[in-house]
Amino acid sequence: MAHRGILVDVTKCIGCGSCVEACQKSNQQPAHDAKGFDQQTYTFLMDRGSDTYVRRLCMHCENPSCASVCPVGALRKTAEGPVTYDPDKCMGCRYCMMACPFGVPTYEWYSAAPRVRKCQMCAHRGAAGPACAEACPTGATITGDREELLAEARRRVASDPKTYFQRVYGVTEAGGTDVLYIGPRESKALGLPRVETSGPLPDLTWNALKHIPDVVLFGGVFLGGLFWLTKRKEDVARAEHAEKGEHHV
Amino acid sequence: MFKHRFASPQLGFWTVTSVVMIAVLGAVAFLRFTKGLGAVTNLSDTFPWGLWIGFDVLCGVGLAAGGFAVTATVHILHLKEFKPILRPTVLTAFLGYILVVCGLVFDLGKPWNIWHPIIMWNPHSVMFEVGWCVMLYTSVLSLEFAPVVLERFKLDWLLRLLKPITPVLVILGVILSTLHQSSLGSLFLILPEKVHPLWYTPVLPVLFFVSALAAGIGMTVVESWFSRRAFGKPIETHLLSRLSRVSVVVLAIYFALRMRDLIARHALATLFPLNSVSAMFLAEIALGVVVPMVLLAIPRFRESPKRLAVAQGMVVLGFIFHRLNISVTAVEAATGRTYLPSVMEFLVSAGLVAVGIWIFLLACRYLPIFPEGAMAEEEQRVGQHAGAAEVKAVSPLPGAVTAFDHT
Repeated sequence: MAHRGILVDVTKCIGCGSCVEACQKSNQQPAHDAKGFDQQTYTFLMDRGSDTYVRRLCMHCENPSCASVCPVGALRKTAEGPVTYDPDKCMGCRYCMMACPFGVPTYEWYSAAPRVRKCQMCAHRGAAGPACAEACPTGATITGDREELLAEARRRVASDPKTYFQRVYGVTEAGGTDVLYIGPRESKALGLPRVETSGPLPDLTWNALKHIPDVVLFGGVFLGGLFWLTKRKEDVARAEHAEKGEHHV
Repeated sequence: MFKHRFASPQLGFWTVTSVVMIAVLGAVAFLRFTKGLGAVTNLSDTFPWGLWIGFDVLCGVGLAAGGFAVTATVHILHLKEFKPILRPTVLTAFLGYILVVCGLVFDLGKPWNIWHPIIMWNPHSVMFEVGWCVMLYTSVLSLEFAPVVLERFKLDWLLRLLKPITPVLVILGVILSTLHQSSLGSLFLILPEKVHPLWYTPVLPVLFFVSALAAGIGMTVVESWFSRRAFGKPIETHLLSRLSRVSVVVLAIYFALRMRDLIARHALATLFPLNSVSAMFLAEIALGVVVPMVLLAIPRFRESPKRLAVAQGMVVLGFIFHRLNISVTAVEAATGRTYLPSVMEFLVSAGLVAVGIWIFLLACRYLPIFPEGAMAEEEQRVGQHAGAAEVKAVSPLPGAVTAFDHT
């Protein structure tokens, strides 16, 4: 299914910070220094030395853990691609923060009515797409159809093995993400989180949850059966008690 | 006898401490609900679940597991001789769940939305399932406990209504408990890289269920012993001894499952080099599982209720150790992040426990929790007529009549 993705080409990034600025403006946050994810920061740049800048943002997983674990469906993978958040549904269990393998969601810890905070790929801008891609002057962040971006990423990597480390980050990580990275070095050297699980993480949970109907069905039959079988014994005992004229509690 | 003691209230250690603890709980609650979670906890974006989830919720639910185990023993297996411990156990379980919900009200960012899973469904979420089960099982527990209240107020017609549906309630309770006790383990399945391999395993749901059973029985024995000390209520040692034999089997199953899993995943190697993480693991398994299992298997050891309570206390502590290890130690070890609960987090957890003990004591005072058997009546009679000194003489356990305050 065609849906939106983002491609980050680290080799093209000059570290100007236009994406960060555009992100803050688009999400109506006061302009501020962005050093890491926090309740005001959905994206930031890491200076990885020798003119290498790597930006972080929500990976918008194809099968997002956060949306899978959310008990009330406040986090949702939209058909268009973005993983969005509805604070009115949220009850604040913070399971999403536990579950995210990339450490993206943050929380308003000092609010009496706190919300989870994270990049929503500017879902509020609709077809206009993410503000960061629009603002990037060098094409280090581009947006478009996810599969087309992946093809483009692979083409770039294959055509220039001197410049690119031969791997696209976001293809296997947690079963695939809609934000893809290519760069001069392997992902760990770029400071991107190492996620070894190559299948969708929600499957791990589903392997257990899928047994619930059986537990209810066979548990019910088994326990009902035990009740019925042992009850007979008790009835006999009760009858004996009654014969002797004893008071049975 | 017990009413007699409470008629002359003494400002003992327990009374003073607990009242202070509950006052502090109120103060922290005020801070937490006005200034946010950050003002009172050491939780952070990198460590969003802490003591309140690890202790109040994971341990609270597990320690209340005696409720479904004992109701099933009495009402499904029809082993009526366990009836004397039924009511205190159901009360413990009911209070346990109420306190879990109170703990959640503290921990949830927006607790006023706690009802949302009722109408906003996500069946793929373990939390959704746990939420539903806890909600339904708390309702079941309230109905299982209701006869005690109805008896007290002599609402016989309601009692008669409730009686025929009791087996259905109990079966429902066992199924719901099986589901959510195991699902609390499933909560961590989605974190394969955030939980240390000594604790992360696909069989977590099974481990959580079996260990909850052990802890639930352990808690029943410990709580019976405490009630006995606090109220001098005679609870037959042979019942606790029989329950403890069941514990041995449950602990053995748990130990076998745990070891088999660790060996199959080649995870035992991660014990080395020995460090604080391996120490936590070894302490949990050795002191919380192996030692009590061996002790409780010895017939002569089971003869003394005090020793039973000590060994079962180890099971309970081992269980708490496991839940805190998986929610804190294992996450710290796998992610390199650190978390130490704040003083206020500890105070909330302790305060909630104090509230629970108070409600238990009050319920025991005003409701027919303990059996009115021949032995109990005899003691009551002696207590009323002759005073505490003589009761001490007939008491089966030295010091059994000393109030909770003096223990």
